[in-house]
Amino acid sequence: MSFTATKFSHSLLAVPVNSSSPRSNDKPLSFSSDLFKHNPSSSFLGSTQKLLRFNAINKPFLHRRSSSPSAVLLQQTSNLLITKEEGLVLYEDMVLGRSFEDKCAEMYYRGKMFGFVHLYNGQEAVSTGFIKYLRQEDCIVSTYRDHVHALSKGVPSRAVMSELFGKATGCCRGQGGSMHMFSKEHNVLGGFAFIGEGIPVATGAAFSMKYKREVLNQADSDNVTLAFFGDGTCNNGQFFECLNMAALWKLPIVFVVENNLWAIGMSHIRATSDPQIWKKGPAFGMPGVHVDGMDVLKVREVAKEAIDRARRGEGPTLVECETYRFRGHSLADPDELRNPAEKEHYAGRDPITALKKYLFENKLATEQELKTIDKKIDEILEDAVEFAEKSPQPPRSQLLENVFADPKGFGIGPDGRYRCEDPKFTEGTAHV
Amino acid sequence: MYVCVLFEILLVCSTEYRSLFLFQSILHSFLNLRRRRSSKMLGVIIRNNKTILLRPSFSSAFRQFSSSAKQMTVRDALNSALDEEMSADPKVFLMGEEVGEYQGAYKISKGLLEKYGPDRVLDTPITEAGFTGIGVGAAYYGLKPVVEFMTFNFSMQAIDHIINSAAKSNYMSAGQISVPIVFRGPNGAAAGVGAQHSHCYASWYGSCPGLKVLAPYSSEDARGLLKAAIRDPDPVVFLENELLYGESFPVSAEVLDSSFCLPIGKAKIEREGKDVTITAFSKMVGFALKAAEILAKEGISAEVINLRSIRPLDRSTINASVRKTNRLVTVEEGFPQHGVGAEICTSVIEESFGYLDAPVERIAGADVPMPYAANLERLAVPQVEDIVRAAKRACHRSVPMAAAA
Repeated sequence: MSFTATKFSHSLLAVPVNSSSPRSNDKPLSFSSDLFKHNPSSSFLGSTQKLLRFNAINKPFLHRRSSSPSAVLLQQTSNLLITKEEGLVLYEDMVLGRSFEDKCAEMYYRGKMFGFVHLYNGQEAVSTGFIKYLRQEDCIVSTYRDHVHALSKGVPSRAVMSELFGKATGCCRGQGGSMHMFSKEHNVLGGFAFIGEGIPVATGAAFSMKYKREVLNQADSDNVTLAFFGDGTCNNGQFFECLNMAALWKLPIVFVVENNLWAIGMSHIRATSDPQIWKKGPAFGMPGVHVDGMDVLKVREVAKEAIDRARRGEGPTLVECETYRFRGHSLADPDELRNPAEKEHYAGRDPITALKKYLFENKLATEQELKTIDKKIDEILEDAVEFAEKSPQPPRSQLLENVFADPKGFGIGPDGRYRCEDPKFTEGTAHV
Repeated sequence: MYVCVLFEILLVCSTEYRSLFLFQSILHSFLNLRRRRSSKMLGVIIRNNKTILLRPSFSSAFRQFSSSAKQMTVRDALNSALDEEMSADPKVFLMGEEVGEYQGAYKISKGLLEKYGPDRVLDTPITEAGFTGIGVGAAYYGLKPVVEFMTFNFSMQAIDHIINSAAKSNYMSAGQISVPIVFRGPNGAAAGVGAQHSHCYASWYGSCPGLKVLAPYSSEDARGLLKAAIRDPDPVVFLENELLYGESFPVSAEVLDSSFCLPIGKAKIEREGKDVTITAFSKMVGFALKAAEILAKEGISAEVINLRSIRPLDRSTINASVRKTNRLVTVEEGFPQHGVGAEICTSVIEESFGYLDAPVERIAGADVPMPYAANLERLAVPQVEDIVRAAKRACHRSVPMAAAA
């Protein structure tokens, strides 16, 4: 394995942003697959050039957002992007995410869950579009808005709901909470409560995969990591540090920006000198891609390209998904700063409605089939709530457990066993 | 006194921010110079120093050295421990600034790049938050990283990952995600490097559940504890001391064995005594041993405890010693408030209050950011005479007032 920087010629890097080809509303970013279909022997730079052509825009930020994505999608799609089965899987996952979060709000207001609860409503197309394309062994690293990412990755609703209730049956036995969903089984490497904190952790997981493949000679280790974070995080230094190192070492990672325009009450355009986040990819020598994050099919097409690219060992991709959250920052946020007209506008672009429309218009699903899924999700959530309600609280004895992987904190002896298991190691008390 | 001489020699060279890697080589040559000069100018003291190290009572507390015990520097001890653990486990890798081609800012990783290649000895950009987080993420996902901070002062750039990503994950994930990682590098006051390069973080990291915090003093400590830290399944903060890197200590054949490994959470009684207990860690252990030597000449028998592990803290060894001597002096270089000494005092008061014959004496760094001027700097960190004075006070000997500020 070589972690040395990719060698590139300066002439290639010097390609200027072609700012004279703005993306128009009637031709939004179609992540047509030729985007990455360049000479496989060449580095990311070929695609970067294409990306620049595809993506360069100099319109004011708010005008970038296409107004009728589903209609646009239909116009440009001659061949269907998904099969019936895929369509139903996507629909089910999005409805699960939406309904789960609505249920969370209900339970929060009924006092069943507490602390900070950040809901994902409106952004489902991103979670579903990306995560449903992953394998179980692939990793995701999330933020404090992590319930739906965990659900998409396969963590059962019961386990997530129970965690939110602070019960011993939660996916972290009630020790993590809303902002800290982990599942080793599903390779959910955590929700992180701090802005930017998850990005290096995700980059490290990607580093592990490359290391396993190239140093430990585990040839089958071609897993990919997704790092999810928001527009506010893109002003944090750790974002830039990790774009640099991920590109430098060609790590199998996709940086997924969920640009929902608002960092709590700070508008993205009031916080960022150049609001087009995807542009920061080419600056670090990786493709930067912009996609309509309210359209699960477009997100999925981008996800396929970026994830496959990472899996082939061709390095990271930065994807900016333009999306919107339908609720406040958290359930404690009065959400007074966002313009009602803006909220109204995005409510009209609901990603679930758009997918439904696509499925109907292409005769991929009937009303009845979708209703059956809705009903199934309702039942799953009723069951999850009931399960969480009935589950026991963590016992008092659990308080001091899991501080260390090592049961008492005394380390490992020369025989490879924990010191605390050695009967001779009796003196001394470890206060963990 | 020779300590003073040492500092003054060192302070001839002033250092700039982030130029420690230059400083280390200068330091190294000055340490050699000091040793050469000392052997002429201060031969008696140096001989005494060696006498202390080879005293039977010192060594018998843990292992009998053979008469032909080898000498090893702390630098070589750390280097050999890294080398052996990397050799034993391909999941172990080293990352940090200047660890590879430069051979380590303080030459701790010397030769490792050549032996293990750039995939396992990873030069990173100057991005503590980024590369520390990457190390933590790699540990989440099955590797065993050793992250070197050029000095622990720079760990402040990455403290979020040490505290929030590394220390808390095993608990937050209810044991699903363990974080086998070592954060290591020089900690505490060096010489003449000013306030931002002289901070001791033992009590900071020692206050955080989920971390293990180790502070080696001798070459034996450095080898045994670093190997234990790398093998450990949990995050370990490993606090070295720049001024000890060039110090030589005797090491037994057992210490040199590749299977050698010290227990975490166990202190070591470096010198047995009966009148007063002195606890110390890292460089201050050496000062405490010198103080004990001076005290012995005045008829006071001091027991010196090398804490080795700040967390878990070996409360039972400390309390057992205090119950024997009935007096306690704690020594550390860090700040007094909420310090390691404060924690030890509390432990003794909670568990052995009835055994105390005198108030606990706590010696710590002055409660100020480290001054640059050599004379002020000397006043700001504990000196041997401070320990002697405190021990005498604890033993109810009258002593002149301290000349401290």
